[in-house]
Amino acid sequence: MNGWKRSGRGAKARLVASLDPQEAAVLRGLVNEVQQMLAGRSADNPADELAVLTGIRTGPSTRPTDRVLARLLPDFTSEDADLAAGLRSLHEPELIETKNAAATLLLETLPEGGGRIELTPGQADGWLAALNDVRLALGTALDVSEDMPDDLPDDDPRAQHIGVYQWLTFVQDALVQTRMQIR
Amino acid sequence: MEPDLAEASVADTPWQAIVWNDPVNLMSYVTYVLQKLFGYPEPKATALMLDVHHKGKAAVSSGDKDKIEADVAKLHAAGLWATMQRS
Repeated sequence: MNGWKRSGRGAKARLVASLDPQEAAVLRGLVNEVQQMLAGRSADNPADELAVLTGIRTGPSTRPTDRVLARLLPDFTSEDADLAAGLRSLHEPELIETKNAAATLLLETLPEGGGRIELTPGQADGWLAALNDVRLALGTALDVSEDMPDDLPDDDPRAQHIGVYQWLTFVQDALVQTRMQIR
Repeated sequence: MEPDLAEASVADTPWQAIVWNDPVNLMSYVTYVLQKLFGYPEPKATALMLDVHHKGKAAVSSGDKDKIEADVAKLHAAGLWATMQRS
């Protein structure tokens, strides 16, 4: 991956990159993992009969205990616990669905064994959201902080994963920069 | 659960969507999301992003409760750390 290039203009504008097989496999694996975490959250709260009848789904009213899931599915407010619970219940199923759709779009536009990726601006927006979710998950799990050095000491257990995180940061940042050139 | 009932009498109170600084979200991405979701011109989106980065948070939109609730939902979908509060 050498970054993203813009090709074409107007309705034909595309964002183009190329991933080698290993990069594609790593990205696919991480996106799958985020999807599985979200699916696990949904499975804990199956739609009840009323929701099936009315089409109005309600999610859980309590924040996930897992801190990665809690970061992906944040509270709506920190000031009013009842309001936060009510709004979570109302919005969480749709938020999970939106994140899942972005992840699915990424997986469908990522060639199985790597290779050329060509995205419409709309697809690029889905990629940005899905890449961001993967970085949120990994960054939370690795306790990434703003003053964290680029290279961790070898005895830091996070050292081998941080390279993947930094690569994802590059892929996402390059995609934003290219996406911003297209109106 | 109907969170609106207790607040019916103050329904007109303007609310704000707050974006909080976090160590993962990229400055470029936050700027892009603010442009895309709210239609802000790039200088305004950049100024808000820099407020988030340097001051720890910024109010990125304001309005009635329903609008801000929807705004926060969109910000969450984009992966930003956002909450709503009365202004």
